[in-house]
Amino acid sequence: MATVDLKDVKKVYPSGVEAVKGVSIAIPDKELCVLVGPSGCGKSTLLRMIAGLETISAGTVAIDGKVVNAIGPTERDIAMVFQNYALYPHMKVYDNMAYGLRNRGTPKDEIDSRVRSTAKVLELSALLDRRPRELSGGQRQRVAMGRAIVRNPKVFLFDEPLSNLDAKLRGQMRVEIKNLQRKLGVTSVYVTHDQLEAMTLADILVVMNAGLVEQTGAPLDVYEKPASIFVASFIGAPPMNLLALTGSSSGPILADGTAIDFAARETPAVTLGFRPEDADVTFNAEALPGALVLPATVEAVEPVGAESFLHCAAAGSRIVVRVSGRAAAKPGDQLRVVAKAEKLHWFDQAGKRVD
Amino acid sequence: MGDPWIAREISLSPRIVFPNKILPYLLVAPQLAITLVFFYWPAGQALYQSMLRQDPFGLRTKFVWFANFRKVLADPAYLNSIQVTVVFSLATAIVAMGVALLLAVMAEKAVRGKGLYRTLLIWPYAVAPAIAGMLWLFLFNPSIGSLAYLLRSLGIAWDPLLNGTHAMILLVSAAAWKQISYNFLFFVAGLQAVPKTLIEAAAMDGAGETKRFWTIVFPLLAPTTFFLLVVNTVYALFDTFGIVHAVTGGGPGKTTETLVYKVYNDGFVNLILGDSAAQSVILMAIVIALTAIQFRYVERKVHYG
Repeated sequence: MATVDLKDVKKVYPSGVEAVKGVSIAIPDKELCVLVGPSGCGKSTLLRMIAGLETISAGTVAIDGKVVNAIGPTERDIAMVFQNYALYPHMKVYDNMAYGLRNRGTPKDEIDSRVRSTAKVLELSALLDRRPRELSGGQRQRVAMGRAIVRNPKVFLFDEPLSNLDAKLRGQMRVEIKNLQRKLGVTSVYVTHDQLEAMTLADILVVMNAGLVEQTGAPLDVYEKPASIFVASFIGAPPMNLLALTGSSSGPILADGTAIDFAARETPAVTLGFRPEDADVTFNAEALPGALVLPATVEAVEPVGAESFLHCAAAGSRIVVRVSGRAAAKPGDQLRVVAKAEKLHWFDQAGKRVD
Repeated sequence: MGDPWIAREISLSPRIVFPNKILPYLLVAPQLAITLVFFYWPAGQALYQSMLRQDPFGLRTKFVWFANFRKVLADPAYLNSIQVTVVFSLATAIVAMGVALLLAVMAEKAVRGKGLYRTLLIWPYAVAPAIAGMLWLFLFNPSIGSLAYLLRSLGIAWDPLLNGTHAMILLVSAAAWKQISYNFLFFVAGLQAVPKTLIEAAAMDGAGETKRFWTIVFPLLAPTTFFLLVVNTVYALFDTFGIVHAVTGGGPGKTTETLVYKVYNDGFVNLILGDSAAQSVILMAIVIALTAIQFRYVERKVHYG
């Protein structure tokens, strides 16, 4: 179908605001690329530039090897699912889906068969004669998807399509989108601020911050080896625990003076991190060589069923530890948080990963 | 009892209960007095007058029931006036709305100085009808008008003083020009209410600019358009006396004598009060009908989304 290549793409608004500061991403054919980041990081602007709804200030966007900078959205053969769905309120579901085909001069009977078969896939067949205002949020979402799919475009763009749905529906639609995308094999770009959506949907995960790409890679690679403090704290829920390090004559120490004896290297790292699930707690006082051991006070316990989150005060910071099942600790308990040395992440002054 | 809907309605619109039974009536009394004195009394007088016949010196008055109405409705001059009014109102409404929509769409597209365009285009609304009429009269006066000169030099035998069609064109232009600003304002607001994402979605669906306008924007403007259609028709019917009076005075012949202008002509110039009153009563019925339509359709809010 199509590849999407961004080369050093920049967006500068007339007001001088630089929303995207040079982004390069190569999306192979049939893959789903998720752009994730906090609001204002430029991910939606980037998507709109791929769509042709925003002009490109510098760099190139190429679809299927062809630079499309000067081509308008009408000619790019791209379909987009908008956050608010953007269904045409005065048209029935059928006409909403047929609109794009009619504009491209598709024969009437072909439009009819394509709309009806797409409606069947999305379980919209019974709703074709309704208007958007007579549909529920989930149904509108499906119509928006249907409108994109029915045209069989080169590329799908999704702009936070699930953010207006309730949590349960969001989970369902997430799976459905993934399945559809895989089945149809259409190259897709998906924008979200939800790291869970990003992790579960992506073939390629692109974490953005302040107009720049922080890290690109397969979701689990990004999770296991975050390239920066930003990625470490953005991907994963609860986020990675981060502790500040200071140098001393005997090696690096934590803010409360705990020496990191196993880090004998001359590390430039100033921040140390570990994931909540990579740590454990113990009430025993035995020595644990080769591990980070932090005396901690439990502040709160959040049982969520299959697991519990212990919020603790340790080394002058607040850290979260995930334990499976019911937690034996209660608020106020003194215990020790233990994280294996190989599970620790180190970051330098600039916030970049140090290995 | 215990119906949750009723309970909710009460809590949504808190009712104020006056301790005194007379006070509420006193509070609405001024409004009622104004309505009675300035609306119902004259209306009643017109209704009464329309069934009277009076000699030219006002010495003898006879009650004739509906004879005046029969006379008016059988009068070819009145039927002509109805035709003139329909042509004039429709033409004015269509021209005023068409031009306003075009200007609104163009002003929306302006990248710089949007506000300036809007301000300039709204200004004509502040011009009094008679002044607007005079302006057009002078511009198109066959002997001294600069634009009339221009038309003649283009080979058009422009003469609104003798040619009824030309007089009507001039009248419609003046009346429409006056109303364009008002329509413009509403169309600009209407255009801004069309969600930008819909237009973007249509663009990605392969619709060019013209197609987007006719298939997405124009249908979504329908509530505005309908509202303006009613307002413009009412304006053309009843608020254009000043313009007619200043530009053509109903002439040449009776080619631009609208219903309202005929009421004035018959009553205050020709002093046939009974006929004139009967015509006003007919106009009153038309106004009531139009207002009913307006309330029925325009006030009902159109929800999209």
